[in-house]
Amino acid sequence: MTEAPTGAPRASGPRTAADTLRLATAGSVDDGKSTLVGRLLHDSKSVLTDQLEAVEHASRSRGQETPDLALLTDGLRAEREQGITIDVAYRYFATSRRRFILADTPGHVQYTRNMVTGASTADLALVLVDARNGVVEQTRRHLAVAALLRIRHVTLVVNKMDLVDCSEEVFARTAAAFSACADALGIERVTAIPISALAGDNVVRPSERMDWYAGPTVLEHLESVPVGADPRTEAARLPVQYVIRPQTAAHPDYRGYAGQITSGVLRVGDRITVLPSGGASTVAAIDTLDGATTDTAWAPQSVTVRLADDLDIARGDLIAPAAGAPRAVRRLTATVCHLGDQPLFAGRQVLLRHTTRTVRAVVAEISSRLDLEDLSERPGTDTLRMNDIGRVVLRTAEPIALDGYADFRRTGSFLLVDPVDGTTLTAGMADGPTTGEGK
Amino acid sequence: MTATTVTPFAAPSLPTVHTGDAFGLSHLDTVESEAVHIFREVAGEFERPVILFSGGKDSIVMLHLALKAFAPAPVPFTLLHVDTGHNFPEVLEYRDRTVAAHGLRLYVASVQDYIDDGRLRERPDGTRNPLQTVPLTEAIRQHRFDAVFGGGRRDEEKARAKERVFSLRDEFSQWDPRRQRPELWQLYNGRHAPGEHVRVFPLSNWTELDVWQYIQREDIALPRIYFAHEREVFARDGMWLAPGAWGGPRDGERVEKRLVRYRTVGDMSCTGAVDSDATTVEAVIAEIAASRLTERGATRADDKMSEAAMEDRKREGYF
Repeated sequence: MTEAPTGAPRASGPRTAADTLRLATAGSVDDGKSTLVGRLLHDSKSVLTDQLEAVEHASRSRGQETPDLALLTDGLRAEREQGITIDVAYRYFATSRRRFILADTPGHVQYTRNMVTGASTADLALVLVDARNGVVEQTRRHLAVAALLRIRHVTLVVNKMDLVDCSEEVFARTAAAFSACADALGIERVTAIPISALAGDNVVRPSERMDWYAGPTVLEHLESVPVGADPRTEAARLPVQYVIRPQTAAHPDYRGYAGQITSGVLRVGDRITVLPSGGASTVAAIDTLDGATTDTAWAPQSVTVRLADDLDIARGDLIAPAAGAPRAVRRLTATVCHLGDQPLFAGRQVLLRHTTRTVRAVVAEISSRLDLEDLSERPGTDTLRMNDIGRVVLRTAEPIALDGYADFRRTGSFLLVDPVDGTTLTAGMADGPTTGEGK
Repeated sequence: MTATTVTPFAAPSLPTVHTGDAFGLSHLDTVESEAVHIFREVAGEFERPVILFSGGKDSIVMLHLALKAFAPAPVPFTLLHVDTGHNFPEVLEYRDRTVAAHGLRLYVASVQDYIDDGRLRERPDGTRNPLQTVPLTEAIRQHRFDAVFGGGRRDEEKARAKERVFSLRDEFSQWDPRRQRPELWQLYNGRHAPGEHVRVFPLSNWTELDVWQYIQREDIALPRIYFAHEREVFARDGMWLAPGAWGGPRDGERVEKRLVRYRTVGDMSCTGAVDSDATTVEAVIAEIAASRLTERGATRADDKMSEAAMEDRKREGYF
């Protein structure tokens, strides 16, 4: 009952957002993702006593001799019964050097959409490969998703090295095949680490069996990759979420536009444009969550902005600097990953959800589908099925202020939603356009 | 397109990005900003949202965030509490005081009422926590709430770790983990058919320590049972339970006075106290940071019932 500290103290972790790494795992079924995550949590002492006891108990009742660390993250009944990961699990842990938000994603092909879910906010993707199988189609699919989502760091983890006699040659061959694939997809830099998740080689502790490997362990790598962007290098974007208008005796004339700054820096005195209407004004004040005002705010702060002029502004509008605002468009091209059970076909009516705005849209054209065997774009298709990646042209009923995903993750991404039942159909990453100014 | 460089033997030598102190954001500021974004999304997209408010620390933090999200305007949400009839008096007192202080509207769904008129039956083990599901889902239906905020955190429990920030529930409030909507970037899809609703978890990405450090930073008042105090308790199933009309102690269970505090606040029949001398927020933070037990593992009997206890209750409509 008494909570006597029995192990190392849990690190409270570093203090700034740049010291938080968001990562997602990816890999085929049985490559050992959940085991790797379990090993990472266990060996970094991020698993608490009662969680470990629960895993030990469950493993014993299944007749297993050693604790099955995958049970730490496979939180659903069906997952434990089938021994596979069905849905994304988020785990939180910290070392003295960094905080981690880890999305443990499913590898099975029918759950690729959940891998996309986990990867959409990730700074780093850990792609697992079984050393015995090398790079397979699922690896290419996961790499393609990582490339499309513009995940900054891609790390190849060659697992089950103990089953190939810890062979340096097998590892080198796998890393070379992976890099050729990454190269074709435009991923600039990958890191490769040979491990055994089951035994714990090179996960947190360096492996004695692979003395030919002199690189970092998985944890060392995660602790050292640089993250965080400098908002000063980006153009500011503030999608209006909610108009705050108290109309009380204390605040009869207050009108503030509340939202999260999705990129860049916003300053009092900035000349701004409101899209899609094109109205112009100046930032008069920025109210912070502390109830104070500030001269400067930046992504990803949630703020409330007041403007110098009375403009007609509502939820769904975008506030952007006059110099460096996106263009409002009614036709866009994008790369999409189709997530829904029902196929996406040319002519289909959809809702397009972009930042805080939802507009009617139609799939004007499906231009091509990505062939995951050879990573080529195949034209002449008119349908995208679940887990397909393709290129589309969309027309919208109203203009939307769209950025290119390559430069603006938040204002360049969108969802297609079924107007009838509200299902999320498709994830989209827009080509642009941007004015090119300000970035 | 530049050629890929594979560096199997060394860490990559990417340039370090220096955001500089001036343009960094503290971890608490980051999770606060994300939670406020979620509150504002719901206010912008839904007709009848409600915050589940129990007087526990997570719901207190939720209310605090909601107050900040819409200031200087009032919170555009009502509150709902499912009262098991076995709640701690200190917590109910805190609840009512807080609701009054902010001029909010509170609905109470009472498990006791359901038992009294026969719609629910007491369980043999005396715990009322699982009985909350029916009054909760009926209150949602009766008041036609379309978005229901919960203080659930993914770090609490392995089934909760699987939950989306926006979690669609059918007309029976059921959660189907296999049919969750993919949730990408910060684009939350709250569309639902009439009769369905969405459970919303703004604290999804917070940890227990984040909650306490935020309470410290924002100087948020809590019910005093969160801090060490002398209390009559008795041992059952490895937990210190508080005696009360709910059915404890039984024969052979000996009541003693101990210095304890609570890590979670729920029904008295299944929420245990921990030995502690932490009387301040600072001391509580130090204690949690050193603890080798999770919040729920230490003090919640209802999660120990089976390996999938939480998942099973969530499927039925529980939070």
